Amino acid sequence: MDIGKIDKIIDRHGGGSDSLIQVLLEIQSENHWLPGEALGRVGERLRVPLTRIRHIATFYKAFSLVPKGRHEIHVCMGTACHVRGAQRVLDTVQDLTGIRPGETGLDLKYSLETVNCVGCCALGPVLEIDGKTHGKMGPAKAAAVLKNME
Amino acid sequence: MPRINSPEDLEKVRQEILAARDPGRPCISICAGTGCLASGAGEVIAAFKAEIEKQDLQAEVNTRETGCPGFCERGPVVVIYPEEICYLQVRPEDVPEIVSAVKEKKVVERLVYVDPATGEKAILEADIPFYKHQVRNLIGSNIRIDPKRIEDYLAIGGYSALARVLFRMSAGEVLSEVKKSNLRGRGGGGFPTGRKWEESRNAPDPIKYVIVNADEGDPGAFMDRALLEGNPHSTLEGLTIGAYAVGAREGYIYVRQEYPLAVENVIIAIKQAEERGLLGKDILGSGFDFTVKVHKGAGAFVCGESSALMTALEGRAGEPRPKYIHTAVKGVWDHPSVLNNVETWANVPLIINKGAGWFMQFGTERSKGTKIFSLVGKITNTGLVEVPMGIALRDVIYKIGGGIPGGKRFKAVQTGGPSGGCIPESLLDLEVGFDELSRAGSMMGSGGMIVMDEDTCMVDVARYFLNFLTDESCGKCVPCREGIRQMLKLLDNIVKGKGKEGDIELLEALSETAIDASLCALGKTAPNPFLSTLKYFREEYEAHIRQKRCPALSCKELIAYHIEPEKCRACMICAKQCPVNAIAGGKNLIHVIDQEKCTKCGTCFEVCPARFGAVRKLSGEPVPAPIPEDARAVSRKGKET
Repeated sequence: MDIGKIDKIIDRHGGGSDSLIQVLLEIQSENHWLPGEALGRVGERLRVPLTRIRHIATFYKAFSLVPKGRHEIHVCMGTACHVRGAQRVLDTVQDLTGIRPGETGLDLKYSLETVNCVGCCALGPVLEIDGKTHGKMGPAKAAAVLKNME
Repeated sequence: MPRINSPEDLEKVRQEILAARDPGRPCISICAGTGCLASGAGEVIAAFKAEIEKQDLQAEVNTRETGCPGFCERGPVVVIYPEEICYLQVRPEDVPEIVSAVKEKKVVERLVYVDPATGEKAILEADIPFYKHQVRNLIGSNIRIDPKRIEDYLAIGGYSALARVLFRMSAGEVLSEVKKSNLRGRGGGGFPTGRKWEESRNAPDPIKYVIVNADEGDPGAFMDRALLEGNPHSTLEGLTIGAYAVGAREGYIYVRQEYPLAVENVIIAIKQAEERGLLGKDILGSGFDFTVKVHKGAGAFVCGESSALMTALEGRAGEPRPKYIHTAVKGVWDHPSVLNNVETWANVPLIINKGAGWFMQFGTERSKGTKIFSLVGKITNTGLVEVPMGIALRDVIYKIGGGIPGGKRFKAVQTGGPSGGCIPESLLDLEVGFDELSRAGSMMGSGGMIVMDEDTCMVDVARYFLNFLTDESCGKCVPCREGIRQMLKLLDNIVKGKGKEGDIELLEALSETAIDASLCALGKTAPNPFLSTLKYFREEYEAHIRQKRCPALSCKELIAYHIEPEKCRACMICAKQCPVNAIAGGKNLIHVIDQEKCTKCGTCFEVCPARFGAVRKLSGEPVPAPIPEDARAVSRKGKET
């Protein structure tokens, strides 16, 4: 990621060490992951040791220290989805993509994550691909959705 | 936009907004909350705009994109004003018909609510049973305003409570009104809000903070999101009133980044309130300054805990600290900080405007006001419901929720999120209140109500929550980090049929340690899902351990799918849909599941036509041997002649 871009994000948040999480969130949302150089630059500018940055980058769920695939799959594992069979949807997605939650395929096609409730409980079980919600999923429907992904 | 410089000015602006509106002019309100957007509200909104343009009605018909009215089950929801005609599950192709009906003042009958029990139609929003039994003090405004337009909030009397507080009440009077109302925190603990404010106000440190907790992390709960998304100004107004009462000049809104629409709407609301002089320097010309910053939460359940949230605000990893000194006295950067959740803040303007007496008419002796619950799971009407405290659980589930779908039997309702517990059928007449729920072994929590039917395994529910909490434990203290993990291991074994005698007792011992020795409420309440399911459903634990049987036929490792040869009509539906090709059979040949290949995904069970019902789940009994191949031919009576 371009250093100039990172500097701009840091400037937007005032450059104080209390803005660390907000800065990392913005880098994550623009770049989809946090490369080592970016973390280094953030530490330098905000005067925060790298250990603390890595603590935060691994503590919070929103951050990824590895690149993400072209398609980000989120399987909702909220309670409402769980009692309606979300585990079976997750099992199907794992079988078809060959990756487990938190992983990215070697071909960089998919990244798979589980999330705790996206708040569309009426549609549960819910599968979210690249921000688009697919509701009332079952193993067969989830397989059909994945089949159509490039 | 001109600044509003006095209460009189505010009233004048309100009158101007109202005068510019023709109350008889039709307005099409479309829910643009997250739930409805996921059901396709975006396309519906676009279709309405296009259709109105096509029929050249821009000057005669208004449209409004509103927040969530709560009836997510039947989204996208469209309400036509001024009649308040409610259309459900609207698709883009329905739009031309609706627009024509609005023009001709007619009703599109096929899109209104039909009572599944009686077949009666309910044309008006207020007549739908789901809404009829609610008291919608807070969430009722959502469908009346566009959250991205401050004018809409001003039109319904917004910021009048703030004007009253700043010009006609002292900080002490505000505090005593809130104390008198007996408002208790809606985020989980139920701590009296007034007492928290007072503690902060009395702290000697002159720098104080007020904070909105919108880190709604309980899975299956989304009422705070709906409020913040649908009516952000009500929370902002409440927060500003709180700041005035405790003497804070700065505030934060901690909102999880998983709620992008809530983040967007609250940022717009802050900007508009600042432009109008309702936030920032010299609010309404009163000399009172108050600024609000938005902090996006990066995803950690534990950050809903007050001291962890405040640590996160400082830009550090959100780990809790012991609270011998309350955060109300020593919070963010060691300054007194009042933290309340969205719903609590949103109640404040109502209490100021209508009085503590009005607020106290709702609810029970010790739990006042209304509470929003998210009613989800195995329930006919999924959605957000706002009811007075003290209502019976049975009324929420059957009268409002419409009962359990598919003719299944109710088993339990889980309240309070991962810190709560399960309440069985025998306690359905329980009154909903902070203390009543705690006594039953659960808690109010933030207001999630997850309904479970006979197909839900209670051991698996306990395992699910402990799995969630193992993942979300911050790891700072040992009883939580290690204790919950060991509990999960034992429960994992039990649902896999590897449980042994003594496991239940060991789980109980681990629970006791976690409750007594954990640092924060996450660990202290983590055993609740296990303890409450054990209390009411002990026989399910014993069946898993002793007979290796899952009574709810849900635990994958303990069940098998079997096609009953005498019922199978060889229709090929299950065989075609099986994702692992584990079903043998062909045209006119009875299907048989290869138990070796079967992944127990349950697809065959779901797709087998109800009139055959040939696929059966088995648990605790051997799977019958497949019938010999030469006996598999199906004779089709009636077709042979």
